[in-house]
Amino acid sequence: MRPILLKGHERPLTFLKYNRDGDLLFSCAKDHDPTVWYAHNGERLGTYRGHNGAVWCCDVSRDSTRLITGSADQSAKLWDVETGAQLYSFNFESPARAVDLSVGDKYAVISTDPFMGQTSAIHVKRIDKDRSKQGSDSLLVITGPQGRINRVVWGPLNKTIISAGEDSVVRIWDAESGKLLKESDPETGHQKAVTSLVKSADGSHFITGSQDKTAKLWDTRTLTLLKTYVTERPVNAAAISPLLDHVVIGGGQEASQVTMSDRRAGKFEAKFFHKIYEEEIGGVKGHFGPINALAFNPDGRSFSSGGEDGYVRLHHFDADYFHIKI
Amino acid sequence: MAELAETPVAPHRFAPDMQEPKINLNIDWGQVNLDDIQLPPGEDFGIKSDDEEEEEEILETETGFSNVIVVDNLPVVAPEKYEKLESVIRKIFGQIGVIREKGLWMPVDTETGKSKGYAFIEYTTPQEAETAREQTNGYKLDKSHVFAVNMFDDFDKYMKVPDEWSAPERKPYTPGENLLAWLTDERGRDQFVVRFGPETEVYWNDARQGKPDPVYHRSLWTDSFVQWSPLGTYLATIHRQGAATWGGAQTFNRLMRFIHPQVRFIDFSPSEKFLVTYSSHEPSNPRDTQRVTLNIFDVRSGKILREFKGSADDFATGGTGGVAGVSWPVFRWAGGRDDKYFARIGKNSISVYETETMGLLDKKSIKVDNVLDFSWSPTEPILSLFVPEGGGGNQPARVSLLQIPSREELRQKNLFSVSDCKMYWQSNGDYLAVKVDRYTKTKKSTYTGFELFRTKERDIPIEVLELENKNDKIVAFAWEPKGHRFAIIHGDGPRPDISFYSMKSPNNVGRVTKLTTLKGKQANALYWSPIGRFIVLAGLKAYNGQLEFYNVDELETMATAEHFMATDVDWDPTGRYVATSVTSVHQMENGFNIWSFQGKLIYRLPRDRFFQFLWRPRPPTLLSPEEEAEIARNLKKYSKRYEVEDQESSIILSTQEMESRRKVIDEWKSWVAEWQRLHEEEKPLRQELRDGEPSDEEEDYEAEEVEVEDILNVEEEVVSYGFEQLD
Repeated sequence: MRPILLKGHERPLTFLKYNRDGDLLFSCAKDHDPTVWYAHNGERLGTYRGHNGAVWCCDVSRDSTRLITGSADQSAKLWDVETGAQLYSFNFESPARAVDLSVGDKYAVISTDPFMGQTSAIHVKRIDKDRSKQGSDSLLVITGPQGRINRVVWGPLNKTIISAGEDSVVRIWDAESGKLLKESDPETGHQKAVTSLVKSADGSHFITGSQDKTAKLWDTRTLTLLKTYVTERPVNAAAISPLLDHVVIGGGQEASQVTMSDRRAGKFEAKFFHKIYEEEIGGVKGHFGPINALAFNPDGRSFSSGGEDGYVRLHHFDADYFHIKI
Repeated sequence: MAELAETPVAPHRFAPDMQEPKINLNIDWGQVNLDDIQLPPGEDFGIKSDDEEEEEEILETETGFSNVIVVDNLPVVAPEKYEKLESVIRKIFGQIGVIREKGLWMPVDTETGKSKGYAFIEYTTPQEAETAREQTNGYKLDKSHVFAVNMFDDFDKYMKVPDEWSAPERKPYTPGENLLAWLTDERGRDQFVVRFGPETEVYWNDARQGKPDPVYHRSLWTDSFVQWSPLGTYLATIHRQGAATWGGAQTFNRLMRFIHPQVRFIDFSPSEKFLVTYSSHEPSNPRDTQRVTLNIFDVRSGKILREFKGSADDFATGGTGGVAGVSWPVFRWAGGRDDKYFARIGKNSISVYETETMGLLDKKSIKVDNVLDFSWSPTEPILSLFVPEGGGGNQPARVSLLQIPSREELRQKNLFSVSDCKMYWQSNGDYLAVKVDRYTKTKKSTYTGFELFRTKERDIPIEVLELENKNDKIVAFAWEPKGHRFAIIHGDGPRPDISFYSMKSPNNVGRVTKLTTLKGKQANALYWSPIGRFIVLAGLKAYNGQLEFYNVDELETMATAEHFMATDVDWDPTGRYVATSVTSVHQMENGFNIWSFQGKLIYRLPRDRFFQFLWRPRPPTLLSPEEEAEIARNLKKYSKRYEVEDQESSIILSTQEMESRRKVIDEWKSWVAEWQRLHEEEKPLRQELRDGEPSDEEEDYEAEEVEVEDILNVEEEVVSYGFEQLD
């Protein structure tokens, strides 16, 4: 089907997230306003106003009532999804890069960038149902990885925290003690900065995309490298289909290095790979600029991509897609 | 080191080689601070410091006499004639280089006062001395005095030559590997070599499996590039010290080394008998020109057969006009299978050499005033020459065909108001097309025409071909290999036209006829299949890699495709597959694609920093054209066998493929099962984390319909039913 073009952001997209029901799509961009859209027709529902910098990441609670966003204005904010009201703001000394809500939505893990003498860090915060009781204390602060921590997510049962970033290493931490449990192998792991990390629907495995032009599939519990998908360009975003054994990978050159003459030059396609065979199935063209964000609808029947060009493209799969034979 | 423990503990300042003192002086080394010890100045007690050693090494390699030559066989003269001889020698050797002040010394016999018959000459540079040795060794002063000139440095070497000749030891013959084993591939596949990053890899092109099959891989195999020999027997690599050839039955072993320091280019003769290597050396003096060295080796023995040295000017092509630079190849090999002649262009001459003697043919060059370009017929020892206009336009430009070794001019054509000329031989040497750029009457612009020679016909008839639109620029020209057709890309705009011509005409009157013109194509390069009939019209560079696969027999396009940014197109030697590649001139998209001749993409191999793609050439077929035609006629009979094989192999393949896929799937399934088990196990815990909310999976969802009633407004109104009227 023709993709629906969601025009609402004025700056490059940074992150996309569907809620659990798959009816809402949240988008973050370098402009300051995270936006929520109807996932079936691309209609804009509203924006969350209050950030004063690029918004890097977001997560929505299971019941779709609250949204947490991390921004370059050195804060992570908690919003009421329905009204757009700001509920709380966690303030840091450096930009907040990644956010993720735990199972049960009682905790959030937030990574902050190295900035003005601050090293990068992973913070665990308590999220209280009762807004008046919400506090800003960190339950746990993990430091150690060099450079930005581009993604941080919860492991199964909130027992572990998985992080990845510019130092190209994927790490698993104990969520209680903050101890480093596992590290990806420097030989077989990524060779360059990891730009994205997305869990599968059941959280059993996750995919990472890296500037080393590969995406890799890992076991969440053991950090076993399961699969590697090789592309021809730096990977900025990756996602796992919840329905079929497919993964989608997007990327391209840095905007500053892209030739302006032809949109094919930088390869701004979202590429589909067979998750198990590691074979390329196909591609979806359209963006004028690298793809920065990808997300699958939880029903697996549509996906959306966000580009450096400031557009979100909402793709509903044709019937043929569900009958691809390999 | 073991003794270290027994002797008193060495202080940490000791140098490693001093840890074991040769003489035990009964000194407690622990108490001695070595820095306090002062040696008398200038005394080293026979211990050399590291610095001194280094100096000595340099002295050993550099005797300081490398610019001195020794001239022998001079006449023995009386003192009164001494000065005259000296001036003669000075004249001869002074031409070659600058002789140093007091650099000429002829020893005199103190008893007789006569000269001893030899002289030492010291030049300012070793290069001059080397040149002098080369040029004057064997110089005939007169009948009885033939100079024997040697480098002073070589004297020791010659002194060591034993006086008695002893027969060299005969080495037992060891049979070499079958270098043509790759031709016997059961599946008839072709090989290619690719170079990317520091890697060099050789593959089989396994189109049936849709992927390349690795043969050999080596990192840092070559310093600059690799090159197949023309018949595909050898793969040559380039190194700082020289070139090397590789080959073998199963893998690639080094077969021979060709020593040539700083070699830049190499070139094989068409039958792989000889290898030409080339290097250029920057001059030490900025006023001098570059010096170039060319060596001709025997490929099989590795022996240098001839050496050419000189300044770059001597080897620059382009006649007296002096187009700067040496154009490669300097030596062009005559066609045919016997590697008999090679030639190079010089100022006002063409030098043809015979490989038998490695000397000039008939000991003299062919004098052709102003000659600008030449080329060999690909099959016969025939040279085609181009001489531009001379004498201020009084002498017309001309193209002529010259038979070697008779130097007989077979055909000549005068051309007027010519600006440039290019010669294209058809691969069998049947035809020669000369593209002539002529000035228009105003001399402000040029237009292009073709002179077509039929070299195999009696008297070599020439035809003139002009395009319908004379002002069209010629973008590309290409003969059909082994065929009678040629293609031209012509036009000015971004979408030029492509025309196909045939040297034959329907009623066989031997006239060139136009077959068709394709209008407005995005193409700038032509790549005929090596067996003819098919051609790839490619739009490289500015056209971003447009490809059109065209069948010239049927005059129809078979397929159009695109390999974005493609820089190179190469047909495999059998004409079955085409490789298009993006080399590292672009940063992105590096790698290559393999297509079938019909334009079907078979597979792609992306490789970062991709430098080279080369098909391994095949020797020409051993079948005569009649036999080939016979096979073509009975193709069905032959193809049956291969079809069966194809089918069998594809079945095997698919079963193999299935097998490996099943394994992957099974592996995956085991993971999934494990995850599901863990997921189930963790279910109650997860529910707990969610405050007992039971739903875990999408399936647990239950749609619940809720009716919501809202009272929006309550209003009272008097409704009349019209009872009054009834009353």
